[in-house]
Amino acid sequence: MRATLIIAREVVRESIRRRVFAVVLVLTLLFLALFTVASAKAFAAPTPFGFGNGGPVTPGGIVSLSTVTLLGLGVFGSLFLATVLGVFLTLGAVRGDAERGLLQPLVVRPLGRRQFLLGRFAGAAGVCAAYVTVLYTAIVVIVHQAGGQWPGQVVGPGAALIAAVLILIALSLLGSVYLSTIANGIAMFMLYGAGLVSGLLASIGAALGAHTVQTIAHDIAIALPFEGLYEAALHALASNQAGLVRIVINLGPFGAPQAGSAGFYIWAAFYLGLAALAATVGFERRDL
Amino acid sequence: MTALIAQGLEKRYGSVIALAGVNLTVEAGELVGLIGANGAGKSTLMKIACGLVRPTAGTAAVCGAPAGSREARRSLGYLAELFRFPGWSTAAEVLALHQQLAGSSRGRPERDELLELVELADAADRRVEGMSKGMQQRLGIAQALIGEPKLLLLDEPTSALDPAGRHDVRTLLLRLRDQGVAVLLNSHLLGELELVCDRVVILAAGREVAAGRPEELTLTGGVEIETGTGIRRFPHATREEIPRLVSQLVSEGVDIYEVSVIRSTLEDVYLQALGRE
Repeated sequence: MRATLIIAREVVRESIRRRVFAVVLVLTLLFLALFTVASAKAFAAPTPFGFGNGGPVTPGGIVSLSTVTLLGLGVFGSLFLATVLGVFLTLGAVRGDAERGLLQPLVVRPLGRRQFLLGRFAGAAGVCAAYVTVLYTAIVVIVHQAGGQWPGQVVGPGAALIAAVLILIALSLLGSVYLSTIANGIAMFMLYGAGLVSGLLASIGAALGAHTVQTIAHDIAIALPFEGLYEAALHALASNQAGLVRIVINLGPFGAPQAGSAGFYIWAAFYLGLAALAATVGFERRDL
Repeated sequence: MTALIAQGLEKRYGSVIALAGVNLTVEAGELVGLIGANGAGKSTLMKIACGLVRPTAGTAAVCGAPAGSREARRSLGYLAELFRFPGWSTAAEVLALHQQLAGSSRGRPERDELLELVELADAADRRVEGMSKGMQQRLGIAQALIGEPKLLLLDEPTSALDPAGRHDVRTLLLRLRDQGVAVLLNSHLLGELELVCDRVVILAAGREVAAGRPEELTLTGGVEIETGTGIRRFPHATREEIPRLVSQLVSEGVDIYEVSVIRSTLEDVYLQALGRE
């Protein structure tokens, strides 16, 4: 356990000292600045999303629509930035670092390879969880300041977002055992893209009532549960919306027709454990 | 206690045979050199000893514990041929991290002592990315010495060092040996091995092809005497015959300036063992 904490602390130090952290910080500040401006403009627009007074959506509904859409955008941005951070902290953790000669001096020390991996995971997870917490909180506060509404749920979506990032970090670590740094980076962003596409498929399937499309999207969400967790976060953000506003939200890019179920959360936790097991077994068998 | 015992070590990477049944022992306070061409299996042997690579067959033990076990890794220090430390870390931070992982409780005095030993005392707070290759290699040696290891596995420890640095490392290795540390040294610098090793083992294609003390392996090739009229060679003479030869020449009125026993070098032995002249 002590060795795990030592490795985790090194990951935290690395994330602070390396330029990647500065890059993410600059991008984050830029994103938040743009998001603040966009939020202020969206609520000030007389006809946001083309809905004006006297239309099918009430003025209060328009504010709700703007609130949920902006929150959805914020959560999407948070997931993307946290994924970039998490993947960059882990994509070369095993094979990449072994090829560069960074790993060997560490793993000949009396710590288990399992402990080493756990430390890398804990460090990256800690950094990304803190990052997501700060970013998500900032987004919720910015939207509230601009529009005066809170999301349907505050803590649940944040937790789901963190869980989604943890799964992506675990997959990145697993990939680092078998793939070179570049191959793992490409694989991770393709997986991330595939997850987002499945989310859009689910929205399209629900809007069109296409059962097959929904089934495909559902199966992808099971195979890539970070997407399901992201969808669950979006759904929870709009959980206080109903009627036409709810329908319009579901038709948009940040709509999520399905709420996260207890069974799905259990599967996501099991999936995380499975990825950790596969990474550990692969690492312990690997010659360095 | 025997620091390293390898018995019948074999390692295959697919169809490539890296080690084909190597037996090796390194006793406490013994400095053993490994010689061999690239791909002869030297680095693989070291990696098996420190648990980075699993043997296909055979066994290895470090200070009585199976190689790769935590007990074994507690007893050893390792410097890989290709290694790197995080560029964002300072020299002192690298050593502090390894102290923690090795379970060394000697703290700053140990770090200062090791940095002093490898002449990096002034660079303790310098980031690795700002160090020359030679400085990084010195830091690597300091890292390998953390926790007072009983067995030191050094894979090309002087490849990036200048002649003065190599001399310093040789002096350090001899000192460690005198302190009872077992050292397994892998180097292509045969002259260096000849100078410091108690024993050398020559590997070729994953097998041991020659082993022994450097002076046993390097055979005498006669005596050479520099006289006032030029160099006189006695190709079949031995060291024991030198007094007689000198007396004879002096009695003949020849001026003598230098006498030397001609030996084959370790390089000659190595090339011969590999079947090359």
